[in-house]
Amino acid sequence: MRKYNKNVLYGLYDDDEQLLAAIHSAREAHLEIDNVYTPFPVHDLEEAMGLSESRLHMAGFVYGGIGALFGFLFMTWVFTRDWPIIFGGKPYWSVPAFIPITFELTVLFAAIGMVVSFYTVCGLWPGVENPTLDDRITDDKFCLAFDVTNADGGKVDALRSFLSDSGASEVNQKAI
Amino acid sequence: MSAVVSPIREPLIEGNKTYHQITEDICSPTEKAPGMAWVMAFLVAISLLAVYIFSLGWTVWNGIGTWDLNRTIGWGWDITNFVWWVGIGHAGTLISAILLLFRQKWRTGVNRAAEAMTIFAVVCAGQFPLIHMGRVWLAFFIFPYPNTRGPLWVNFNSPLLWDVFAISTYLTVSLLFWYTGLVPDFATLRDRSKGFRRKIYNLFSFGWTGAGKHWQRWESLSLILAGLSTPLVLSVHTIVSFDFATSVIPGWHTTIFPPYFVAGAIFSGFAMVQTLMVITRKILKLQQYITLEHIESMNKVILLTGTMVGVAYLTELFISWYSGYIYEQYAFYNRVLGPYWWSYVGMMACNVISPQFFWVKKYRRSVVFTFFMSIFVNIGMWFERFVIIATTLARDYLPSSWSYYAPTWVEIGLFVGTLGLFFTLYLIFTRVAPVIAVAEIKSILKSAGDQYVGPNATHHHDDHGKGKVHAGTH
Repeated sequence: MRKYNKNVLYGLYDDDEQLLAAIHSAREAHLEIDNVYTPFPVHDLEEAMGLSESRLHMAGFVYGGIGALFGFLFMTWVFTRDWPIIFGGKPYWSVPAFIPITFELTVLFAAIGMVVSFYTVCGLWPGVENPTLDDRITDDKFCLAFDVTNADGGKVDALRSFLSDSGASEVNQKAI
Repeated sequence: MSAVVSPIREPLIEGNKTYHQITEDICSPTEKAPGMAWVMAFLVAISLLAVYIFSLGWTVWNGIGTWDLNRTIGWGWDITNFVWWVGIGHAGTLISAILLLFRQKWRTGVNRAAEAMTIFAVVCAGQFPLIHMGRVWLAFFIFPYPNTRGPLWVNFNSPLLWDVFAISTYLTVSLLFWYTGLVPDFATLRDRSKGFRRKIYNLFSFGWTGAGKHWQRWESLSLILAGLSTPLVLSVHTIVSFDFATSVIPGWHTTIFPPYFVAGAIFSGFAMVQTLMVITRKILKLQQYITLEHIESMNKVILLTGTMVGVAYLTELFISWYSGYIYEQYAFYNRVLGPYWWSYVGMMACNVISPQFFWVKKYRRSVVFTFFMSIFVNIGMWFERFVIIATTLARDYLPSSWSYYAPTWVEIGLFVGTLGLFFTLYLIFTRVAPVIAVAEIKSILKSAGDQYVGPNATHHHDDHGKGKVHAGTH
């Protein structure tokens, strides 16, 4: 059973520049935007929407650091504590020889960690059925959506006319 | 938003495309029944794959004695093929990562297919180290896992183990990078389809919606994966070259190997991308997205890296003479004039001399010439690895152990068979996923579409970019 918990009024724009202009005027008019959906990453969208910078890269740095420490300390433990063996007359703790694997594990941990974090924070995973407003949003329509679950009729009409005045080619309402 | 684009930049998307047409052009080949050309190619590919499976079965059943490797020549076609395939697998990540960091817009036309090619090439490369161990069912011994033998760990000081980590990290990161790029495009395919197909593509697209915040994180993730992949791609072939360079074999024990191998890898990788792109754009009718400008750009990379490889060959010869070390001198004398002189000649002709034609713009922009040249480069780079491996091992320190090595049908079958594996995977990929990154190519339409830039530009922007975009045309 699909649960409807939100009522959304949305406008579909034909061009990314129209959408950006509409977002700017919506923010000037202090209208609370629920979400924006685009078929491709639109430049300047995050500034227009006032999104805070993604912290994924900081997470990536931490994951990479964990990978580097894990790799280096594990090899150190194996060759100095657990099973010391002399290879080619080199010291047990032959640091330069540990660099390549330490580097590879840094990259591996950072990449896997960031990708898993990305899908987790976005709520995306195989089998997830996220409700979509319109099939053309992944093709050529740019969507600006307002949450009207608790809005009265006058408010909805005002948003409706805002969307069509700002150039939306279609304005629809949908429960998702 | 239109960016400021130099008037001498050529458009990268031709045919006055709209966003919707881009979706149509790129997605529709996956929705129609395959054409005759695809079916024929697929039949050839799976026939070769059958050859691979047979040769692999033969090797596993009878042992690697069937390869005619012998004393001193412990590496033959197996490691030659491994290094060749890994090298080919470098172009995809180079295109998607390094060119992303350099903001090269032409990468968007070819990155998807090039990354797919990378992954399939690394899959092919990975076969050889596994089967050359002899007992492939014990291949998991190469990973350091707690075991009942002590636990006895692997040798972390060995370049062969570094290779295990490098190749498996490379494969994993390339897959993640490629798939993250594919997710929004799978959503596009999902929203174009109905019923069961829609369910499948929803599964593949992870429920992607295209929300603004998701795109922001997606771009952030792509940029950082690119930043991570850039040193990674350089490290992989560096470590492959350590397999040779850290040994004390004359002809292998040289410090030039890492940069020389990386340049060679990019060289051969771009050649394979050209081979595939020339065919793909023709069969899937994508000439307006993979334009002559793309082909020319890649040919310039081939010219540059081919010349770098040429300089490395000549430097090796010079240094072996200059070193005053007779074993080193003999190793190179033997390479050029020894029993495998023909492979040295093949290498020099294909890798160093033939790319020099690309100084001429007419050749760089000729599709047919590019296709044949890309085949030459692939052959030449295979010879390079054969020269390094076979000629060196056939003439070592003791003349009493000198011998000559020629492959058996099993080894030839394995090599030809991995071509089958590669093309089978690639052909399946062209059927199930968009071969061009749909979302990414839309994001460059306004800065690289031929209605916006170039001699036939018709659109006039009402923002500040206008004057510069059209400066050359009015």
